[in-house]
Amino acid sequence: MTDLRTHATEIHEQFSDQLDLSVEDVEERLDTLVNEYKVPVSEARRSVTNTYLDEAGMDRDELGGGGGNERVEVADVDAPEEWVDITAKVVELWDARSDAVAQVGLLGDETGTIKFTKWSKSDLPALEEGAVYNLRNVVTDEYQGRFSVKLNRTTVIEEVDEDIEVGSDDVTVEGALVDIQSGSGLINRCPEEDCTRVLQNGRCSEHGEVEGEFDLRIKGVLDDGEDVHEVLFNREATEELTGITLEQAKEMAMDALDTSVVADEMRADVLGRYYRVTGPTFGRYVLVDEMETLTDAADHEAVLIKARSI
Amino acid sequence: MAATPTREVARRVFASEFNDARYTFKESDDERAPVYLLLPTGERANRVFLVGTLMETEDVGSDSEYWQGQVIDPNGDRFYMYAGQYQPDAASMLRELEPPAYVAVVGKPRTYETDDGEVNVSIRPESITEVDAATRDRWVVETAERTLERIQHFQAETGDEGDGAAVDEYVAMAQEEYDLPVENYRRTVVEALESLEAEDGVEAQADD
Repeated sequence: MTDLRTHATEIHEQFSDQLDLSVEDVEERLDTLVNEYKVPVSEARRSVTNTYLDEAGMDRDELGGGGGNERVEVADVDAPEEWVDITAKVVELWDARSDAVAQVGLLGDETGTIKFTKWSKSDLPALEEGAVYNLRNVVTDEYQGRFSVKLNRTTVIEEVDEDIEVGSDDVTVEGALVDIQSGSGLINRCPEEDCTRVLQNGRCSEHGEVEGEFDLRIKGVLDDGEDVHEVLFNREATEELTGITLEQAKEMAMDALDTSVVADEMRADVLGRYYRVTGPTFGRYVLVDEMETLTDAADHEAVLIKARSI
Repeated sequence: MAATPTREVARRVFASEFNDARYTFKESDDERAPVYLLLPTGERANRVFLVGTLMETEDVGSDSEYWQGQVIDPNGDRFYMYAGQYQPDAASMLRELEPPAYVAVVGKPRTYETDDGEVNVSIRPESITEVDAATRDRWVVETAERTLERIQHFQAETGDEGDGAAVDEYVAMAQEEYDLPVENYRRTVVEALESLEAEDGVEAQADD
């Protein structure tokens, strides 16, 4: 395929819904400009596109960045600064923390969820929670290994009349709990609004000396003999795992005049046991939503058959 | 991410294979680089996880407490572990536990050479906890599976005659350092699993 033919095909795709034209028509126009009038290809393309825009009564913005964006699913996003098209449901809208941000939240499709940001200056229509949109011309971004998409001035938002079953990003890992790391057990958090940092010796790294609020958590390691997974149990999950409630933990610490007795007790209760946990990942941690103690007798028959056969 | 050293996985190995190992090595000149024990099935182990029956505990220290624990696996082979003042939690567990008891142990392999040139392998425990029989049975099956995977990998690397040039560096290292047929460890796996069958049989009879 010649270069011009490629451009012609791309332009044709952009207008095939609106205009009755053939690839040959487009190629002929391009050919005239490029070969007869010696116009550079990029200029010729712009000119031909503008002609068709006029004919169709469309704005350039409606084109979706000159076409050729890859249509991706959420789980495919694995690099920053790529222009993509995406069809997704608005799973959650969050409070924008800055005036520069018009809307921020979570988009999802069958393959998972991804954060999105819509800038105020882009002047785009508002997205509604629960609605499904075809978003053309969004840009991917990455922060600390997590990907997001940004809507911008050229993004085309089109509500789609369908529902999407949003897939979960949850992972399930299992293994023996081989370690409970420091910073586990009964901890103190900074009470300042939106802070929640864990205090070290009564001090918050941001707000200095504060009256902390007690919380429970376990930073653990699940190991199946092949891989290690760091897992984080929040208060609820820690209470379920250990059977020790926050109130009981506070009493234990009060009696012993030492908070470390709580983690010690937890270690004795859970280290060396097998667990299966499920939840979303955050950084290198799996945040535990669901857990299961693996007490059922493992199936040794199948392994024995294998052992005898090799 | 690359800046954080990755945590070493805890290998699953029966005592007979663990005690056959004697060769240790480092993979960098860094003083704090992890030390690996080379398992005869061709895998490196910087950490192990085991569950078995604690049979004996003894304070073998002269000046300060130094606790030895012996944990037996289903084949009757023993893991030896030592905990002193630098492993206070493990030492106090060995002091307090009444054998026999099912215990789960996470620890680092250590070797030392005796006066007559023998190399003994032991474990420096990071944690010791008391567990139940179901956890122990699960470990036996899991360790059987992991051991079989290593044996199969070893055999695939070394060919039918068992003397082919292995591409995997740890398999090649095991060929170089040990003259131990991996068939031995397959038999260990079979015996360990058969011991679970026997237990099932006893339970079944008890149900009648």
